[in-house]
Amino acid sequence: MNRRKLSQNAAFSLFWAAGIMSVLIMAVVVGYVLVKGLPGISFDFFTTSPRGGLSGEGGIYSTIVTTFYLVVVTLAFAIPPGVGAAVYFSEYSGSTVGSLTGKLVNLARFGVDTLAGVPSIVFGLFGYAVFVTAMNLGFSILSASMAGACLIIPVIIRTTEDALESVPSGYREGSLALGANRWETTWKVVLPAAFRGISTGILLSAGRIVSETAIFFVTLGGSYRVPHSLMSGGRTMALHVYYLAMETRAFDRAMSTAAVLVGLVVVMNLGINTITGRITGKQR
Amino acid sequence: MTREIFNKELREVKDKLFQVTGDVRRNLKLSVRYLEKRDMTGAKMIVESDEIINLKVLEIEDLCLSIIATQQPVASDLRLLFSILQISTEIERIGDYAKGIARISLKIGSESLIKPLIDIPGMEQLAGQMLSDAITAFIEDNAVAAESISRRDARIDAMYNQVHRELLTFVMEKRSNINQTIMLDWIAHNLERVGDRVTNICERIIFTVTGNSVDLN
Amino acid sequence: MNKLETEAKGMSTRNYSLFYGGFKALNRISIQIPSNRITAFIGPSGCGKSSFLRSFNRMNDLIPGVTTEGEVCIDGRNVADEDVVQLRKKVGMVFQRPNPFPKSVFENVAYGPKLHGVKNRSDLAVVVEKSLKRAALWDEVKDDLHKSGMSLSGGQQQRLCIARAIAVEPEVILMDEPASALDPVATLKIEELMNELKANYTIAIVTHNMQQAARVSDYTAFMLTDENRAGNLIEFGTTKQIFTTPSDTRTEDYITGRFG
Repeated sequence: MNRRKLSQNAAFSLFWAAGIMSVLIMAVVVGYVLVKGLPGISFDFFTTSPRGGLSGEGGIYSTIVTTFYLVVVTLAFAIPPGVGAAVYFSEYSGSTVGSLTGKLVNLARFGVDTLAGVPSIVFGLFGYAVFVTAMNLGFSILSASMAGACLIIPVIIRTTEDALESVPSGYREGSLALGANRWETTWKVVLPAAFRGISTGILLSAGRIVSETAIFFVTLGGSYRVPHSLMSGGRTMALHVYYLAMETRAFDRAMSTAAVLVGLVVVMNLGINTITGRITGKQR
Repeated sequence: MTREIFNKELREVKDKLFQVTGDVRRNLKLSVRYLEKRDMTGAKMIVESDEIINLKVLEIEDLCLSIIATQQPVASDLRLLFSILQISTEIERIGDYAKGIARISLKIGSESLIKPLIDIPGMEQLAGQMLSDAITAFIEDNAVAAESISRRDARIDAMYNQVHRELLTFVMEKRSNINQTIMLDWIAHNLERVGDRVTNICERIIFTVTGNSVDLN
Repeated sequence: MNKLETEAKGMSTRNYSLFYGGFKALNRISIQIPSNRITAFIGPSGCGKSSFLRSFNRMNDLIPGVTTEGEVCIDGRNVADEDVVQLRKKVGMVFQRPNPFPKSVFENVAYGPKLHGVKNRSDLAVVVEKSLKRAALWDEVKDDLHKSGMSLSGGQQQRLCIARAIAVEPEVILMDEPASALDPVATLKIEELMNELKANYTIAIVTHNMQQAARVSDYTAFMLTDENRAGNLIEFGTTKQIFTTPSDTRTEDYITGRFG
């Protein structure tokens, strides 16, 4: 009895220590970035664009605009096929088990799982070879968003599929039993019920676009000017951090930009938490 | 086989019914024997022991109700319990007939009998055997036997008619016989009723086994 | 009841078999389910009673690999020849677990009528009120039809599902263990409701609870799997007959709890 209690206490202490450790590491990283970065942040920092050159002078206005454009355009490319494919996998492919279509669906699922694990630079190189060069779109928001879409479509498919599958089958049965067809059931009952789960996946993907660098390094170029069309190149905030740190002397500004980035990611995660929190709050 | 508790309870209530039937059978037999022997103590004992039979029947009813309430019997189980309730009432009434015979025996008192008893013990013999056979058929779920047992009632009825006629001649013969004649006729009538009650029991047996309600009278 | 009339109306099957791929789940079932009565299907788990129930509104079509033989008829017409949307409008269904949509009470009930073309808001309001009243839920929800259907209690949710089924004006209501997830009080409410509904609808109910079958139904069908695990109809008769004098010993063994 005593021994069992002892081993339980030992195990719990270890887990507790591990938990503290991870929180500490995060606190140190975020704290360091904030301490170093916050002093450089001012109103002007947000409203002026980088001036270019080795000095790294200027704010981050154009990178905020680029990041925003890129996220919006990438999501516009990625959501329809991503959600669409997930709806097909989850709501329609069930009736094709064993048939040729069924086998293709399984293959597609396997493909999606594989793509989700591919390093982002691979999508970057693909984007560079196909969109930038072969299709002659150059370093542009268009090229970058298409490459970015390739990166996040698997994520959207997986999260949307999970969200759809967590919709109780009773909803579908109830709707079908009232004489609705599959599409009416999906559109009027299943998708609304899965809405929060799907939004979570989309927000996660948006976060991915905000924080990726390698893929955009080879598709977006590095222009520090404010983009004026889809064909303009640009640099996202994350990319800007990289440029500032590696190619200029303005390490402090890199830290400030990173601090803004961290703030943005925190806000997005809070958004996700409120959504998922509402889900669990509603269902239990 | 499932429902062990239920089966055990059913067995128990059937056993109790079998036992009380044995008691009634014995009282019936003794009531006529004490009548023949003019045994007043014995007759008194029978009147008193009927109380015990009534209590035993009440206990059976109580058991049936609690089984119905707790086990929700259906189909043959429900028919069985329903029949046990009915049969126990019939048995209780047969017990009352034995008590009635003993009471009449007490009323006749120290008078000597106007005639040696032949047909009345014969009726008791027949009716008592019917009762024993019927309860055995019930325990064995034997509907065929139940039907053939019920047919014996006709012989008891015939014997009763004979006793009745014979007693009438005694009244004709001698006016002072009238009191005892009426009493003996009443005893024979009680025994005749036992046969009818056993016939009812046979009907319940057939219902229990087949689910059909029949009229054997 | 006029016999010919009953046969033209109502539900029936003839030599109906159902297969899941190569596995025969129902074996040549023939039955005539009386109209405006409650018919209960009882039998041990896996005897195919739910599958059989789902044959009447072709919910089995949704399962890949299901094939059938024989006929399932409603009002004398084979359901296989009917448009499935029209069929399911005619044959409502209530499920084991209450499954209101995550929408308001109003939208739950209005869902079916909307599908079938009722667009006008005031028409919908009439249908919703009528259906909720018939499902004996109106008094409990009339003050707030816009609260979520999910916020109701389990028993209320199930009555909401019944209202939802009634709203498309079916002829038949299939109930697949409608009270198995409910407490005794809610169960009795559903049972009383069924008794009221049978004046207007033919009701077929699958239940594991034999006492419930005995309480609510007018007719009882007993199903059992044979040695090949295919479901067979063993006995069909009035509920009184099945529960007092079943003619098949297998029915007797099952309802007296001496099965297996």
